[in-house]
Amino acid sequence: MSSPRVLIVDDHQLFRSGVRAELEPLLDIAGEAAGVEEAVRGIAATRPDVVLLDVHMPDGGGVEVIRRVAAGSDHAPLFLALSVSDAAEDVIAVIRAGARGYVTKNISGPELADAVRRVSDGDAVFSPRLAGFVLDAFAGPAPQPESELDALTPREHEVLQHIARGYMYKEIALRLDISPKTVEAHVSSVLRKLQLSSRHELTRWAAERGLGL
Amino acid sequence: MTRLARDRQNGWLGGVCAGIGRRYGVQVWLVRFAFVVATTAGGLGIVLYALGWLVIPAGEGAPGRRRLPTGRAAVEVALGTGLLLLSVLLTFRALGIWFSDAFVWPLVLVASGGALIWRQSAERPASEPAPAPRQPVSAPPRLPEGEERRRVAAAISRTGVGIVLVLAAGFVFLQTTGALGAARDVLLALLVAVVALGVIFAPWIIRLVRSLTEERSQRIRSEERAEVAAHLHDSVLQTLAMVQRRADDPGEVAAIARRQERELRAWLAGRPRPGQAARLAPALEAAAVEIEEAHGVPVEVVVVGDVDLDEHVEALVAAAREAMTNAAKFGGGSPIDVYAEGVDGRLQVFVRDRGPGFDTARVPDDRRGVRESIVGRMERHGGRASITSSPGAGTEVELVLESPS
Repeated sequence: MSSPRVLIVDDHQLFRSGVRAELEPLLDIAGEAAGVEEAVRGIAATRPDVVLLDVHMPDGGGVEVIRRVAAGSDHAPLFLALSVSDAAEDVIAVIRAGARGYVTKNISGPELADAVRRVSDGDAVFSPRLAGFVLDAFAGPAPQPESELDALTPREHEVLQHIARGYMYKEIALRLDISPKTVEAHVSSVLRKLQLSSRHELTRWAAERGLGL
Repeated sequence: MTRLARDRQNGWLGGVCAGIGRRYGVQVWLVRFAFVVATTAGGLGIVLYALGWLVIPAGEGAPGRRRLPTGRAAVEVALGTGLLLLSVLLTFRALGIWFSDAFVWPLVLVASGGALIWRQSAERPASEPAPAPRQPVSAPPRLPEGEERRRVAAAISRTGVGIVLVLAAGFVFLQTTGALGAARDVLLALLVAVVALGVIFAPWIIRLVRSLTEERSQRIRSEERAEVAAHLHDSVLQTLAMVQRRADDPGEVAAIARRQERELRAWLAGRPRPGQAARLAPALEAAAVEIEEAHGVPVEVVVVGDVDLDEHVEALVAAAREAMTNAAKFGGGSPIDVYAEGVDGRLQVFVRDRGPGFDTARVPDDRRGVRESIVGRMERHGGRASITSSPGAGTEVELVLESPS
């Protein structure tokens, strides 16, 4: 299996070089970008598989990069958001814009490489904190009971709870007596709901980050 | 040489007598006596005192002895004082110590109305910083909205009463001297003049007001920047300096950085806010910080459905803290995950490490005590605790509290 090509987008030079040094032995680094404009151009030029995307940058941040790439590019990479922010509205906004996962910057190098690989395989990556936000957002009765997008299934709830408790996908599979692929399917399904649901909490969070969805 | 100022610390009412006494080195009671004597001359002393209160600036220091009550009591005292004054004036009038009706009554009205308005504007500068609509990053405690509104309403109504009193005084004076007709013509001319001036100067006044507002917001912004700079200086820059000095000890550096990160996050999020009820999430965070600092192990806390603290939830936090201590001691330095969920009156906390784990059937002796303190504590508060662990798969402590709701 060839390792995925990664573009690192962050407005902090120090952080970019740190991530690069950690990922270089494990993954194929396509390049770096220091801003929204540079990222959009870099994605068109290097055509990476996965973009490690900083949420907070001048001129709109990660959300703006995803929006512009989706609007005017024939090459659509997968986005993994990487941020120091753990505010709910940031997390939810970047996921709803289209990111396939969200990890915080204190993640270790091997864990980050693992997350990138998983995103490039088409899976979703949830940190314990993101899982917590999702459980919070989907707590309480669904506003439209007929829409399956507005509520989590008991199994999805269980999987998210385990992620929030710090279990790896493999460990979750073992504990719930299902295959790792099924765990990943559940997480992807939650991601889809997170992106498409019209639950009030999600739209409110997104609106707070200027994402009119 | 001291300036003539009202001595509010030693005064009885506005500190006029005390101020005069201090400035000219006279016994205060002598000055007071002089005012009382002057009062017998057609109430002149009262008028002079009121004038003194208005004209002489207040001295340093807040009123030491609060003789002037506030709120509802103030209204009652003011009414009582007014009636007392009225009876004194009527007595003087009956005795013949009197100027004339046309002079004294309007004067009384002007004095009381003016006092209301002037006091109002004199209080403003002192309380200005509080109601200013600033929103610093640290989000300071603001007055409750109702309180703020009530104060503004009180101020407006006081000013309104003052204006009415002063206008009534003018009206009474003109009426009794028979100059009302002439005054109407003058008033009309004045009105025309005011409107004309208004049209001429309106743009300039608007510009002035706008530039003042702009300057004000500029000042607020620079104050905020100064506040942020001060905070960064005290926290982040200090930490960076410390990191440079300890660069040879990675464990220590990581611990310092992590502590600073938490502190900065808490500051950015503006918590803990004063006056906010104690909640589960901050309590767990605080416990996590303690464990991190004591053992140098990262602790990640995720809370879903925060709840208020009561004695049972506090016991739960204490038990979770024990579990974290355990995980830090025996988890082999692996990161600790704490997950709390409060849903439908059921509170669950999971504390997990990825350490070597152990066989729960054969609990080591050194763990038994801690285990008792976790399990025992939860049971005393109507909850339960269970420990899941197996060699090589880490350890997880689950705490459950069902609250009767």
